[in-house]
Amino acid sequence: MASETTAGAIPTSAGEEQGIWGYSRAQFVALIVLAGILVVGPYFLYPVFLMKLLCFALFACAFNLLIGYVGLLSFGHAAYFGMGGYIAGYTAKAWGFTPEVAILAGAAIAAAQGAVFGWIAIRRQGIYFAMITLAMAQMVYFFCVQAPFTGGEDGIQAIPRGHLFGLIDLHDDMAMYWFVAAVFLIGFLLVHRIIHSPYGQVLKAIRENEPRATSLGYRTDDYKLVAFILSAMLAGVAGGVKSLVFGIATLTDVHWSMSGEVVLMTLVGGLGTVFGPVIGAAVIVAMQNYLAEMGAWVTVIQGGIFVICVLAFRRGIIGEIANLLRVKL
Amino acid sequence: MDEIFGIPAPLLFGQLLLGLINGAFYAMLSLGLAVIFGLLNIINFTHGAQFMMGAFVAWMLLAWAGVGYWGALILAPLIVGATGVVIERLMISRLYKLDHLYGLLLTFGIGLIVEGVFRNYFGSSGLPYRIPDALQGAWDLGFMFLPIYRGWVVVFSLVICLATWLVIEKTRLGAYLRAATENAPLVQAFGVNVPRMITLTYGAGVALAALAGVLAAPIYSVNPQMGTNLIIIVFAVVVIGGMGSILGSVLTGFGLGVVEGMTKVFWPEASSTVIFVIMAIVLLTRPAGLFGRA
Repeated sequence: MASETTAGAIPTSAGEEQGIWGYSRAQFVALIVLAGILVVGPYFLYPVFLMKLLCFALFACAFNLLIGYVGLLSFGHAAYFGMGGYIAGYTAKAWGFTPEVAILAGAAIAAAQGAVFGWIAIRRQGIYFAMITLAMAQMVYFFCVQAPFTGGEDGIQAIPRGHLFGLIDLHDDMAMYWFVAAVFLIGFLLVHRIIHSPYGQVLKAIRENEPRATSLGYRTDDYKLVAFILSAMLAGVAGGVKSLVFGIATLTDVHWSMSGEVVLMTLVGGLGTVFGPVIGAAVIVAMQNYLAEMGAWVTVIQGGIFVICVLAFRRGIIGEIANLLRVKL
Repeated sequence: MDEIFGIPAPLLFGQLLLGLINGAFYAMLSLGLAVIFGLLNIINFTHGAQFMMGAFVAWMLLAWAGVGYWGALILAPLIVGATGVVIERLMISRLYKLDHLYGLLLTFGIGLIVEGVFRNYFGSSGLPYRIPDALQGAWDLGFMFLPIYRGWVVVFSLVICLATWLVIEKTRLGAYLRAATENAPLVQAFGVNVPRMITLTYGAGVALAALAGVLAAPIYSVNPQMGTNLIIIVFAVVVIGGMGSILGSVLTGFGLGVVEGMTKVFWPEASSTVIFVIMAIVLLTRPAGLFGRA
C-alpha cells in the first residue's frame, strides 16, 4: 500500500486516461447507473428527500475535490455551503432574482469568500490548514448570527422557488427535482472535467509530492488556491439549491457540525473516488432521515461511524468496492 | 479614575478580568494541545469534549459521591486523563503510521460520541455548580470588585501553566519528552520507553483540559456544548501562537483573552470574531505563528 504513506488511503492515480470522455470503462458504467437512478428515482422515492440528497452529494463532491485530489482537508466548508444558501435565499426573496440567477449569486459570493479564505489558509499545510479553515468558518458563523440580512436565529424563511429563466414554475416538486438533478449532474461532471484536465494532473502531482511539483516549476500555491475557489463555488451552488428546495436558509448550514458532516459523507463514500461522495451523502442523509427521532443519538452514531471508518474502513464504501473489483471508481 | 478613554472604569476592569479568565482557559487548553501535538503529531479534536468531561466529572463527584471542589480538582483530571490513556492505547496508537489527518478525523469522531452521550443523559440546558465556600465573595480593590473565585482561576491557571513549563523545560522527564519530540526512534534506542511516554503525554494533555473544565464549572453552567465553541477559538489561538513554544502558547492565550475582553468594551459586535481576524493577520504577516518555528 504505497498510497497509505503519503496521502493516507487516498488512492494514487494510475494515469489511465483512455476510455470514454476520460472515464475508465467501470466509471462509465457507474455513471450510466447513476444517471439511470437520477431518472427513475423520483418515481420510487419522495422527490424532496432525493433533492436534499443531491444537494449534499454535490456539496460532498465539492469537498472531495480538495481532500481527494489536492490533499487539503478543509474543516470549514459549511461557510461556503451556508453562505451560498443565504445569498441565494436572500436575492430570491428580497430582490426577486430568478432561481438560476440567485444560485449563481450565491456561488459567486461563496467563490469570493473562498478566494479570501483560501489565500490565507494555504499559507499553512496539513493539520494547520484544517484548523485555519475551521476558524475562518466559525468567523462566518458569528457573522451570520449578527448580520441583518440572515435573520439571525430565525434564518431566511419562505424563500420562493420562483420560475426558472422566468418561465418554468418550480413550485411543483417534480419540476424542481429535474432542475436539481440537472444542476447536480453539471456539477458532478464539472468536478470530473477539472480533475482530468492538465490542471487536474498538476493538482494530483501536488497531492503526491508538493516539493517536487514546486521544483518542476509549478506555482503550487496558485494551483491550490484555484482548486479552493472552485470547491467553495460548488459548495455555494449546493447551498443555494438547498435553500431554494426547502425555502429556508438557517444557521445550521453554516455551523461547524455541517463542516463535520460533509467530511463524514466523503469519508464514508471514499476519499478521492469519483462516486464515493455521492454514495456517502446518500448513506448519511438517509441515516439522518430514518434516525431523526433518536435525537442526540444521531450525533453519537455519526461519531461512531467516523471512528470505525478511520480505524478499519479508510477506503470508504466505493473505495472498498473498487478495490474488490480491481477498478477505479 | 472614573473614566478611561470615555469608558467607565468598572466596565473596563470588569471586561479586563473577564478577558483574563477566558485567556486562562485559552492558555490551559492550547498548552494541552501543544504538548499532545509535540509528541503525537495529532491535533486533539476531542480536547473540547474532554474539557467538558472535566466539568461534568466534577459535578458528578459532588452530586453522586459527595466529593467537593478541592477533591474534584485532583480527581477529575485523573479520571478524565485515564479515559484519555485508554483512548490513546485502543485507537489513536493505531494511526501513527498514517497521514496525520486521520488522527484529526478520529478524535473529531470521538468528540462527537462523547458530546452526544452527555447530551442524551444530561440534556442541553446545563447544570449549576456552586463556588466552594472558601472562594465565595469578592474583594473591594477600590476601583472594582474582584470576585474571589475569578481571581483564583487566573492565579491558579498561571501556576499550572508555569508548572507545566518547568516540568517540560527543567526536569529529566521533560528533557526526554523534548528529545522524543525531535527524534523519537533515537530516544527509544537509548532505552526510553517511548510508546509509554506517548500514552502518558496524551493522558497528561487530556488531564490539563479536564482541569480547565473543573475550574470552569462554577463560572459557566456545566453543559455538553461548553467545550465545542471554546475549542474552535483555542485552535485559532494555537495557530496565532504557533505550537513550538510552551511559554508562547501561555502568553498568546492570556493576551488574546484580554484583547477579546477589550473588544467587548470598545466594539462589542466584533468581540466574537476578533480572534479570527487576528489569526488572519498573523497568517499574512508571520505564517508560522508568533512563537512558531518556520
